[in-house]
Amino acid sequence: MMGFLYLRMAMVTALLAVCPLFLSSFYTGLMILMLIFAIFAMSLDILQGFTGLTSLGHAAFWGTSAYIMGILNVKVFKGCYYGADLIAGVLSAAVVASILGLIVLRSREIYFLMILLASSMMLWGIAFKWRSLTGGDDGLPGISRPDLSLIGLDLGRTTHYYYFVLFFFIVSAILMYLVVHSSFGHTLLGIREGETRMRSLGYNVWLQKYIAFIVSAIFAGLAGGLITYYNGFVNPSDLHLVTSAEALIMVILGGAGTLIGPAIGAGIIILIKNIVSGYTEHWMIILGAIYILTVIFAPQGVYHLFEQWLRKEGLVWKRSSP
Amino acid sequence: MAFFITQTINGIVFGVLLFILAAGLTLMLGTMRIVNLAHGSYYLLGGYIGFSIAKETNNFFLACLGGLFAIGILGMGTYKAILSKHFARGVLSQVLITFGMFLIITDLCRWIWGGIPLAIPRPELLQGSISISNIVLPAYRLAVILIGVMITVFLWWFHERTKYGAIVRAGVDDEEMTQSIGINISLVKTLVFSIGALLAGFAGVVGGPYVGLYTGLGMDILLLALVVVIIGGMGSLWGALIGALFIGLLDSFGKSLLPEFSLFTMFAAMVIVLAIKPNGLFGARG
Repeated sequence: MMGFLYLRMAMVTALLAVCPLFLSSFYTGLMILMLIFAIFAMSLDILQGFTGLTSLGHAAFWGTSAYIMGILNVKVFKGCYYGADLIAGVLSAAVVASILGLIVLRSREIYFLMILLASSMMLWGIAFKWRSLTGGDDGLPGISRPDLSLIGLDLGRTTHYYYFVLFFFIVSAILMYLVVHSSFGHTLLGIREGETRMRSLGYNVWLQKYIAFIVSAIFAGLAGGLITYYNGFVNPSDLHLVTSAEALIMVILGGAGTLIGPAIGAGIIILIKNIVSGYTEHWMIILGAIYILTVIFAPQGVYHLFEQWLRKEGLVWKRSSP
Repeated sequence: MAFFITQTINGIVFGVLLFILAAGLTLMLGTMRIVNLAHGSYYLLGGYIGFSIAKETNNFFLACLGGLFAIGILGMGTYKAILSKHFARGVLSQVLITFGMFLIITDLCRWIWGGIPLAIPRPELLQGSISISNIVLPAYRLAVILIGVMITVFLWWFHERTKYGAIVRAGVDDEEMTQSIGINISLVKTLVFSIGALLAGFAGVVGGPYVGLYTGLGMDILLLALVVVIIGGMGSLWGALIGALFIGLLDSFGKSLLPEFSLFTMFAAMVIVLAIKPNGLFGARG
């Protein structure tokens, strides 16, 4: 079974690795966005799918990382300083999560959701108003990508940057897979299914959630850093509720609790966004409709629908994910 | 001193607006555990509809009625058609649906009324201002405070002193028990949701002359209303009132004293309240 899984992972990696050979630089760019958002959505799935915490504030980690990185890159290092800006960005996401976690994890369900939402929007408010540091509404332009010419990569080129992102995508996917399949991951599933029971079994539920929260934030921060290198700028929308909600719909549309589902969801949303934006400027109406239709027609996510279909056709014999 | 009084009045006026908005939000939360993220867009759409009516008829009173009923009916329709259905059970489904509605309504507003900030003209009767020594108070703002007091008293009377209010409170405390003594709880929920929506639409028109109308307003005001509900406690009208006045004052002073950190002061206030009372000032459940 595990061998089969590794085989599938290797196949997906190989497929992703050859993609740029057949795609124009425009579509390679689109693939980069898909991979970055896939990391973001998968990181949210650790909370939504595996711990049962519905979050509408995940952009706090993505955006904090993006801003810290951007500020260091543009104002302090005047360059990326061997990727120190990315590392600082990821660390800052972890720090923000460890602070916010203390506040929000005291509450549950609706209260958790509302407090996290409000807190993340406060960060947006700071980024929006603190003009001298963050550039306010205009954001921070001119963020440069790291120089990896030592190993023969020119990250200025889309194809090369694609492989840079693909590397992080594969590493994060494997790490997150290991996290959710570890005994820690199983504890999280236990919390999702019955928090009270886990508590009476002697688990420190709060601590487990707190760790999950920070782990999730680290990967969200990584994704936020990668998008910032790619775009070359940050602006307040990286911290906005719209970004948080986009991550959540990617998770749900793809299929929460599967890791691969959210990655697929990210791909679908990015693709639709790109196609629709070509025809109309009212992308938000379509996105809004996707939110509502997903809840009505595919609340379990397309990955589950796909698996159901496979099982019906007798093409798969056992589910591999929890 | 003049600065202090002016800012206090402004804060109270804004707080009144937030209360009208947050009262609906907190009632929805209390009675049906719905986080209605579309609430900000109800406010916005109500304001825009009021703007169009005011422009056509030159009658502010009609604008208020129009915004109020249009959003009330919209709320009732969306609740009946979508939010009361089985697929909308659970926090996750509700936030996704209501956020979807938020995006659709906000973008429709931008489509119809454009992205340029608008303001509803003040009613003629309230054009002037009252000045006491060197403090100038626009009559309209004082009228808003009066409206706020009236709505507060009405809601208090309805909620605490009438049979229907008792039914709503019973629904908040124990839904199944209320249903089993023969009360049509789904009708109660529909009405509460509609009233909440209606209040949001009304707030949009009332706020139109001094807050103005712009595309991002729906989100700004939703955020503030959420903070009010968090501070006050879910389902508590008193909490919403105190939270709204507090946030209104904080916003007014914060914006003039610490403009770069005005939202941060609110965040700090929220965190302090939550550190002491995790369920908000008057919240019973978490």
